[in-house]
Amino acid sequence: MSEVIKIKKGVDIKLQGEAEKIFATADTPSTYALKPSDFPGIRMKLKVKEGDEVLAGDPIFFDKGRPAITFGSPVSGEIAEVVRGEKRRILEVRVLADKEIRYRDFGSADPASLKRDEVKGKILDAGMWPLVKQRPYNIVANPDRVPRDIWVSCFDSAPLAPDADFVVHGQEAEFKTGIKALMQLTDGKVHLGLDGRTNPSEAFKVEEAVMHRFTGPHPAGNPGVQMHAVAPVNKGETVWTVGLQDVIMIGRLFMSGQFQAQRSVALAGAQVSKPRYYKALIGANVKSILEGNVAAENNRYISGNILTGTQIPSEGYLSYYDNQITVMPEGGEDQFFGWMAPNFNKFSISRALFNWMMPNKRLNLDANLNGEERAFVVTGEYEKVFPFDIYPVQLLKSIMVKDIEAMENLGIYEVAEEDMALCEVVCTSKIPVQETLREGLDIMLDELGD
Amino acid sequence: MKLFKNILDSVKPHFEEGGKFEKLHPVYDGFATFLFTPGHTSHSGAHVRDAIDLKRTMITVVMAMVPALLFGMWNAGNLHYTALGLAETMTFGDKFLWGAMRIVPMLIVSYGVGLGVEFIFCIIKKHSIQEGYLVSGMLIPLIMPIDIPLWMVAVSVIFAVVIGKEVFGGTGMNILNPALTARAFAFFAYPTYMSGDKVWINTSADAGQSVVDGFSGATVLGSYATGGDVQYSVWDMFMGFIPGSIGETSTVAILIGAAILLYTGIASWRIMLSGVIGALAMGYLFNAFAPHAISPEQQSFMSLPGWQHLIMGGFAFGIVFMATDPVSAAQTNRGKWIYGFLVGFFAIMIRVFNPAYPEGIMMAILFMNVMAPLIDHYVIQANINKRKKRLATVKAA
Repeated sequence: MSEVIKIKKGVDIKLQGEAEKIFATADTPSTYALKPSDFPGIRMKLKVKEGDEVLAGDPIFFDKGRPAITFGSPVSGEIAEVVRGEKRRILEVRVLADKEIRYRDFGSADPASLKRDEVKGKILDAGMWPLVKQRPYNIVANPDRVPRDIWVSCFDSAPLAPDADFVVHGQEAEFKTGIKALMQLTDGKVHLGLDGRTNPSEAFKVEEAVMHRFTGPHPAGNPGVQMHAVAPVNKGETVWTVGLQDVIMIGRLFMSGQFQAQRSVALAGAQVSKPRYYKALIGANVKSILEGNVAAENNRYISGNILTGTQIPSEGYLSYYDNQITVMPEGGEDQFFGWMAPNFNKFSISRALFNWMMPNKRLNLDANLNGEERAFVVTGEYEKVFPFDIYPVQLLKSIMVKDIEAMENLGIYEVAEEDMALCEVVCTSKIPVQETLREGLDIMLDELGD
Repeated sequence: MKLFKNILDSVKPHFEEGGKFEKLHPVYDGFATFLFTPGHTSHSGAHVRDAIDLKRTMITVVMAMVPALLFGMWNAGNLHYTALGLAETMTFGDKFLWGAMRIVPMLIVSYGVGLGVEFIFCIIKKHSIQEGYLVSGMLIPLIMPIDIPLWMVAVSVIFAVVIGKEVFGGTGMNILNPALTARAFAFFAYPTYMSGDKVWINTSADAGQSVVDGFSGATVLGSYATGGDVQYSVWDMFMGFIPGSIGETSTVAILIGAAILLYTGIASWRIMLSGVIGALAMGYLFNAFAPHAISPEQQSFMSLPGWQHLIMGGFAFGIVFMATDPVSAAQTNRGKWIYGFLVGFFAIMIRVFNPAYPEGIMMAILFMNVMAPLIDHYVIQANINKRKKRLATVKAA
């Protein structure tokens, strides 16, 4: 077995409401939606109009800059509504699903017997290419490139994240087929990042893929952290990343010839009365899952985890890449002398508050900022939770002044928003770290192209 | 609590746009957020945030200075009555009260004037009131001599806040430590009140009292610099029963503060540790070269055991509370090692070699404040070069 790589920096935020490893059932949602906001750096162009009929896998929109990339419908049915915002920007395309999903047939095949272009063509045709992302920029991969490597992180270390072994159980064949397909796409290797604390599940033992084992606190499960520890992304290089369940979906495409957009989604968080796992499709309406299962009023519903997820309404839609729904209290109450109170029930990595007395207590955190935004004052706190050989504050400052050369020099190609999410959490000055980094990535993308 | 909330809510409309005191909104905001941490929730990025904020950070530093402040009050009274030969007859309470009567007004002037200037700038620049001055306001009286007139404190504070901080853009933007800027200003503007052997102990005598024969008000550093006799033992220096700036004398009280700062992680242990190492390095280097000193005074100072420098003068106070100011110190972890080491190193060098400025730590920190961005620049450049080298090896392969 390969050596275990220890990630030293980071922190696990211990929360209440971990999902029990049981699949619960909920009524099948009637509507599904794709949200262009899930895909930064892409100019969306609609392929359908309201009232059109689509099959699962039929394109709903495509990237204007790279027309080969289409976004397939996760279900069959009728385009119910195109929700637009300011300047007619598309916010959501909603599909009213058929009772029984009808699939477009893309033909099954053994990926090992296909050529690179055939594998790529099949994924593109099925509208599943957006499942493949790339570093730098953390955007949908450019299919015209051949990546140096492809990285699949086989565990998620984020708070309340779904358990990888549980999720992959029973889908071993799909996972292996997916990895085989990815192997055709690179001249380098497909790397699997495994949880070093447990013995890896049989599913992850794929010949020819390179296995790496990691231990340590979050963000040890982020592909960016893992590849930085093994082989960082240099200027001019491209590494693709694919999520664990997204590999399974790609595997299913080659086994069945269909875009079966099913995921195992963990419903978690302190506000959930019975946190469990659910089977859901990409873009599913979350109403039926949440109904009758949420404890209190004034909640925040998040598609994804508390670090990187998107806030959605209680009748909103699961975001494209998310395997998790978190429900947490919204908060929003003023706190009398909050800066002096001991704040036992809050999270902090600083011992200036007194929660260091109870390091293992599981918390029920709300969304309060716990302070006001300030200039950078305290130094050295990002470095405690940022396991990269990169100076995070200096990188953010270079983004704030839009200095492209400095951003490049300071290593912007190696990071994604999720890698810096903990910096944002621990920031005394409440700097919007992820938003700033995204802005920087977008500037680089505009200037240099993918 | 409900009462405060109601008062705040009732006056709030006057400070909003279009209200009577619209321009004073930053002042209102300052008071409101002081009483209540606002319930703002996150709108982008991570949904949970650390419970720490800048107010908490600053108040922790202020708390860490309290032991030094309280000791300073007692010590000022003790030295005063010692000079008058009354140390035995006066009680602990008398001494403390005497010191408090002089130091509390300095605190009030420092905070009142400093925050006043901050408020004015916030109103002009329309940004919210920042917390940086909470610490500076406490530091400034602690690094002044007991006999300094209050108006000098006020002038120094105005200089420090305006020139030291606000012209750069406020908290987080300054290059020099504001409190040291105030001290440096007072030091050069009013040298007779800031140095020598008359200012550290108050010898004003009431009717029927007189200064005892043979009394000297010289500080330990002053005595060494002029080749005079040092009247205090190492134990006195460690405990702090010596003349000096109000907060700097007691190494014990400062160590309590250091423990708070290090345990909470608010101040950088790298800077403190490397500062002590730097001071010891210079001190023992002097010991090695002491026989070659050019004058007998210098020789006696150079042959002083290296470790004794740590408990003399303002070194301990400076390295714990002022060198660790995150804004004006080096910001990278590696840079902090270099910065701290050089602060300690230069502090002892200036102290020994330049009798005009026996208090070297002030100069050393201010000098290194200016150099800190340069240190960081080279540390970061090394990181950039590493990345470029990695790219070059990949390309070559």
